[in-house]
Amino acid sequence: MRRALVPLVLVLAGAAQADSTLPASPLAYTQLADPDQEAQAKALMETLRCLVCQGQSIADSDADMAGEMRALVRQRIAAGERPAQVRKWLIERYGDYVTYDPPLSWVTAPLWIMPLLLLGLGVLLARRLFQRRAA
Amino acid sequence: MKKLLIWLPLALFLLVFALVVNGLIEPSDRIVRSAMVGKPLPALHLPPMLADRPGIDTKTWPKGKPRLLNVFASWCIPCVAEAPQLMKLKAAGVQIDAIAVRDTNPDVLAFLARNGDPYARIGDDRAMRAQLSLGSSGVPETFVIDSRGVIVDQHVGDIREEDVPKLLAALEKAK
Repeated sequence: MRRALVPLVLVLAGAAQADSTLPASPLAYTQLADPDQEAQAKALMETLRCLVCQGQSIADSDADMAGEMRALVRQRIAAGERPAQVRKWLIERYGDYVTYDPPLSWVTAPLWIMPLLLLGLGVLLARRLFQRRAA
Repeated sequence: MKKLLIWLPLALFLLVFALVVNGLIEPSDRIVRSAMVGKPLPALHLPPMLADRPGIDTKTWPKGKPRLLNVFASWCIPCVAEAPQLMKLKAAGVQIDAIAVRDTNPDVLAFLARNGDPYARIGDDRAMRAQLSLGSSGVPETFVIDSRGVIVDQHVGDIREEDVPKLLAALEKAK
């Protein structure tokens, strides 16, 4: 029994060591005193991707890096920066992948254009069908 | 027309099948690479982590020779795995600076005593600010900085034996 537990203990020990033991920055888990600024920061955090736990936003994640990114966002907003500036700063470093609100470019244009095209196609199709029935 | 339509389900099946097989053979790349490659080093001012060598300050960044900037942490297990390769690079005459992420002085001292010490300078990046400024999304990562202080390459993850010649070539190109 004891021997069977050894691999399990090793695995758990590895997992426990894979993060820093230092406490997170104060602003990672503390809201800003100004409710307006906190609301801005929170809205921004919900649209920024956690880079270690991709698929989560930094507002949702407990990863070390997400915590430090929240602290960075709050610090910059508290210092008077606008959310768009903070987003731009991060995009300059990590590319568009870091934001869940991708800017319009040739690569992302189909996301906006396709629904319009499909809707137009649907209208055309419907018109033809209804005309046939009327006749 | 109907004869052809009979084949449509099979064609659709093959299309989906090909998509799945492709996803299995070549899983999508989840690595987030820095968008700072090709740009000058961002302003970094990190206090020294150890008493015996300076921290990282881009104002006094030594130019004229390419260098490696290694982002590491004593609590990071792949960093232990890449340590021997960094020692090899150091032995080949490469200057290696480091950013210690969310780390403490005693932990870094113990890490270097155990795994070798390839670093000329070590900056203390307690709050990950330097790491975020560099567009680095984890530890370990290694940036190749050319002789003018421009980031020219990024290695994500631990440096394996087969990566050493690639890094040496990148450093040679960065002269």
